[in-house]
Amino acid sequence: MATAHSKSAARWMIAPAVFVLLVWMLVPLCMTLYFSFADYRPLRGTFEPWIGFDNYVRFFSSSAFLSAVGTTLWMVTGILSITIIGGVLMALLLDRPIFGQGIVRILVIAPFFVMPTVSALVWKNMFFNVDNGLFSYLFKGLGMQPYDFLSQAPLFSIVVIVAWQWLPFATLILLTAVQSLDSEQLEASEMDGAPALSRFRFIILPHLSRAITVVILIQTIFLLSIFAEIFVTTNGAFGTRTLTYLVYQRVLESQNVGLGSAGGIVAVILANIIAIFLMRIVGKNLDS
Amino acid sequence: MARAITTKQKMMWTVLAWAFGLLMFFPILWTFLTSFKTESTAIADPPVWFFFDWTLENYTAVQERSNYPKALMNSIIISVGSTILGILIAVPAAWSMAFVPGKRTKDVLLWMLSTKMLPAVGVLYPLVLLAKWLGVMDSRILLVVVLMLINLPIIVWMLYTYFKEIPGEILEASRMDGADLRSEILYVLTPMALPGIASTVLLNIILAWNEAFWTILLTTVNAAPLTAFIASFSAPEGLFYAKLSAASMMAIAPILIMGWFSQKQLVRGLTFGAVK
Amino acid sequence: MKLTTALCGATALATMAATGAFADGHATTITIATVNNGDMITMQSLMGDFNEKHPDINVEWVTLEENVLRQNLTTDISTGGGAYDVLTIGTYEVPIWGNNGWLVSLNDLPAEYEVDDLIPAIRGGLSVDGELYAAPFYGESSFTMYRTDLMEAAGLEMPEAPTWEFIREAAAAMTDRDNEINGICARGKAGWGENMALLTAMSNSFGARWFDEDWQAQFDSEAWSNTLNFYLDMMEESGPAGAANNGFNENLTLFQQGKCGIWIDATSAGQFVVNDDSTVADQVGFALAPDTGLGKRGNWLWAWSLAIPTSSQNQDAAKTFINWATGPEYSALVAEAKGWVAVPPGTRTSLYENDNYLNAAPFAAMTVESMGTADPTNPTVDPVPYTGVQFVAIPEFAGIATQVGQQFASALAGQQTAEEALANAQELTLDEMDAAGY
Repeated sequence: MATAHSKSAARWMIAPAVFVLLVWMLVPLCMTLYFSFADYRPLRGTFEPWIGFDNYVRFFSSSAFLSAVGTTLWMVTGILSITIIGGVLMALLLDRPIFGQGIVRILVIAPFFVMPTVSALVWKNMFFNVDNGLFSYLFKGLGMQPYDFLSQAPLFSIVVIVAWQWLPFATLILLTAVQSLDSEQLEASEMDGAPALSRFRFIILPHLSRAITVVILIQTIFLLSIFAEIFVTTNGAFGTRTLTYLVYQRVLESQNVGLGSAGGIVAVILANIIAIFLMRIVGKNLDS
Repeated sequence: MARAITTKQKMMWTVLAWAFGLLMFFPILWTFLTSFKTESTAIADPPVWFFFDWTLENYTAVQERSNYPKALMNSIIISVGSTILGILIAVPAAWSMAFVPGKRTKDVLLWMLSTKMLPAVGVLYPLVLLAKWLGVMDSRILLVVVLMLINLPIIVWMLYTYFKEIPGEILEASRMDGADLRSEILYVLTPMALPGIASTVLLNIILAWNEAFWTILLTTVNAAPLTAFIASFSAPEGLFYAKLSAASMMAIAPILIMGWFSQKQLVRGLTFGAVK
Repeated sequence: MKLTTALCGATALATMAATGAFADGHATTITIATVNNGDMITMQSLMGDFNEKHPDINVEWVTLEENVLRQNLTTDISTGGGAYDVLTIGTYEVPIWGNNGWLVSLNDLPAEYEVDDLIPAIRGGLSVDGELYAAPFYGESSFTMYRTDLMEAAGLEMPEAPTWEFIREAAAAMTDRDNEINGICARGKAGWGENMALLTAMSNSFGARWFDEDWQAQFDSEAWSNTLNFYLDMMEESGPAGAANNGFNENLTLFQQGKCGIWIDATSAGQFVVNDDSTVADQVGFALAPDTGLGKRGNWLWAWSLAIPTSSQNQDAAKTFINWATGPEYSALVAEAKGWVAVPPGTRTSLYENDNYLNAAPFAAMTVESMGTADPTNPTVDPVPYTGVQFVAIPEFAGIATQVGQQFASALAGQQTAEEALANAQELTLDEMDAAGY
C-alpha cells in the first residue's frame, strides 16, 4: 500500500527519533567505554588514559560481582512473579461487575503515582521499622515478637515495596486484556459446564499470554535499574546489592570512575542480553 | 453481558475487590493521616486512626524549611516539557513505523527499547562532564532533554502499538478520496490517534515526575524538582514521621490527583500491544 | 474533550512558571550545600538576621541527606563544577580536598572572627600545612549518655570514666525487654559515618587499628576480633531489636522515647536528649566514652564545617556568610532565639567559659573533656601511618569503610558470624587498597 513517496517521507519522519537516541546512546557510552580502560580516580587527581583491561579484571574477579548478579536476578524475578500473579488475579476481580468499580480501580492504581523515594521512605519508616512501624504493632497485637524486616528479610522487603508500586501497572494492562476476551467463547464453555479452573487454564490464560509478555518486558526494563528503593532502605547492606547498585558504589562511594565505568559497560552488556532474549519473545508475539 | 449474576455473588466479589483495593491504598492513606498528627501521636502505641487533634503544623514546618512552590513548578515544567518534546519526536516516528513498515522497522524499534537498558549510574560522569561543558548544569532544559531521552523509547513503543491498531483500510479509503499526506495525518489519523497520544502523554508525565536519579544528581537549586525536595527530608534528626508524611504528601499529591482525574484516558491507551 | 483542556491547563501552568522564575534583582546569590540536621535547620531559621545585615547577598539552600550530599559535592567539584559556593563537609573531607587544591584558604578571615578562639583539636583537623580550609560550624566527640533513673533502679552508679566491661554489665542490668527498655543503644546501620564511626573509635580503645605502618589491613588481628565480638555480644544481650538498621537518628528517637538505658554517641546529641522532644530530659546523665584500660578511649572527633570551593564565583560573599554563621556573634543569636542549650557546640573555647551556656547545658563539661582527649594524629595504641580517630584520612576510606560496615551490620543482624564478617572485611580491604595502589 505504501508508495515510494510515502516511504521516503516515512524515513524522514523516523530520522529525528533515531538520531537523538543514537547520540544519546553513543556519546555517553563511548565516554564510559573510554573511562573503563582508564585509571580515573578524581579524589586522588589520578587520570591515566590507558591501563588495559585492569578494571574489567578487577570488576569480574571481585566476589561482589557474582553475588550482585544473583541478587539482581532474584529481585527482578521476585517482583515479576508477584506483580504478574497478583495482576492477573486483580484484573479478573476488577472485571467482575461489582459495586463501586470506579472507586476500587482508583484505589488500586494509586501506588503507581507514588515516587519511588517516597514509597521507600514510607515503607521503611512507617511499616517495616521495628520500633515504631505498623507491622510491629500488628505483630505485638497478635502476641508475637516484632520482626525486623529490613535486616532479617531485606530482599523480600524491597521486593514488597517495588511490587507494590508496579502491581497497578500490571493490573491495568492485564485488565484491558481480560476485558477484550470474547465473552461468547466464555459463555459457551460455561454452558459446557467447564469448571472455573479449567476455564482459566485453557481460555483465559492463553488469551493473556501476550499481555503477560508485554508486562514482563516493560517491567524488566525498569526493574533492572532499581536504585532509590535500595538506597533508601538498606543502602546495599544485607545482600541487597544489585549490579546497578554495585556500579553506583564503585563510581560514587569509592569514587573510582574507571572501575565503575567498567562495571557500567558489563551491566549494559548483561542487560542487553536479557533484552534481546525478551524481545525475541515479544517480537514474535507482535507479528502474530 | 449475558452472564447471570446473583446479588449475593456480586456482594461477595464487591467485598473482596474492596478489600484488595483498600489494602493497596492503605500505605498512602496512612501517610495522609500521619501527616496531620503531632510527632508523638504519629508513633503512638497503639496506633491512632482517625480520632486525634488534626493539625497542619507539619505542613507549615515543611513549608518553612524548603521552597515547595519552586520545586513543584520545576516538577511540572520538567515532566510536561520532556513529555511534549518526546511526543513531538515520537509521533512521526511511530506513525511511519506503524503505517509504512520497512524490513528493518522491528529491529529499529527493539534497538530503541534497548537504549533504555543503559544503567544510569554508568553514564553519570560522562553526562555531568557534558553538561558542564555545555554550561547547562542545574538547568530545566537539561532535565527536559535527559528525561525526554530516557523515556523516548517507551513513548515510541506505546504510540507504535496504538497506531498499529488503527485499521489500514481507513487510510486507503482516504487516499482514494485524494487526500494528501498532510490532510491524511491531520484529518483522518489524528482524531483516531488522540486517545493513544493522550494516554502516552499521561504515562510519561508520571514517569518523568517520579524519576529520582538524574533529577537529584543533575540539579542543585534552580532546577531541583520535588524528588530533590523529598530527598532533603529523608534523614532529619529525632522524631520525624509526621513531617516526613507531610513532605511525602506534598510531593505526591499533584501527580496523584492528576492521575485519578485522568485515569480513564490513561487506561485506554495503556496496552503496549498487549491486546490483539 | 476533557483531556485537551487538562493538557492545555498543564501547558499554561508550565508557561506561568517559566515567566515567574525571573524575580531576583542584582544581588549576589550564593548556594549553600548542607545536611539536614538540627543545628543546620536552626541556622536556616535565623537567616532573617543575615539578610538584614547583608541585603546584597541572597542565600539559596540545597539540603540533602548526608551521603547524597557528599556524592553530589564530590562529583561537582571533581568535574570542575562551580554549582556551590559554600559546602558543608567534615573533618574527613577537609584535609583531602584541601590537599587537592579544591578549597579556598580561610586564613584571611577578619580579626573579629577570633580564629584563635577555635578549639585547637578542631582547628588542627581543618588545616593543612597551616592553612585553615574550613570553618567549624559545630564540633563533636562522642560520649556516654545514660538514664540516671534506670541506673539507680539497677543499683549501679556510673563512673565518670567507665570501662566497656562496666557498660556491658550496666546495660544488661537495665534491660527490660517486656517494657521495651534496651540497656544499650549504639549505631548498627552500615556506613562509614554510621556504624563504622562507632566501631573504629571503639576498636581504638581495644588496641586495634585499620592498617599497620605498611598499610596492611588489620581485620585479621585479635584486637579487631575482640572489638567486634564484644560489640555483637553486648548488642545481643541488651540492644534493641533491629539494631542493624539504627543510625544516629534512629537511636536518638529511641532514647527520646525512653527506650534506651545507655546510648554511646556524638556529644552533639546532648542538646537533643534534654530538649522538649525528649520524654526523659530530666533523667539523663553523661560520662566519657568507655575504654579498656589500654590508654585510648572509644571517642571520636568530628566537626561539620563550612568551606568554599575554589570553583565558586562568589568567594567574597561566601566568606561573608561563613564569617556570620561560624563567627563569635552567632552563638548569642541562637541563644536569644532558641535558648543557650541550642547553641552549636564544640567549636569555640569561649563557649565553654560562658556561665550562661554551662548552666543551660548539663553535657557541656563532658563534651569539652571528651573533645580534649581525642587525638587524630595519634589515634591508636599501636602506631599507624594515618590520621583520623574514627576514620582514616585517605580518599579510599569512605568507600572501603561503607562496605566493611555492611559486613559488620550483617553480622549484627545475625546473617554471619563475627569471624566471617572480619574475614570478608579483610579481603575486601586488601582488594580495595591494592586497587588504590598501596
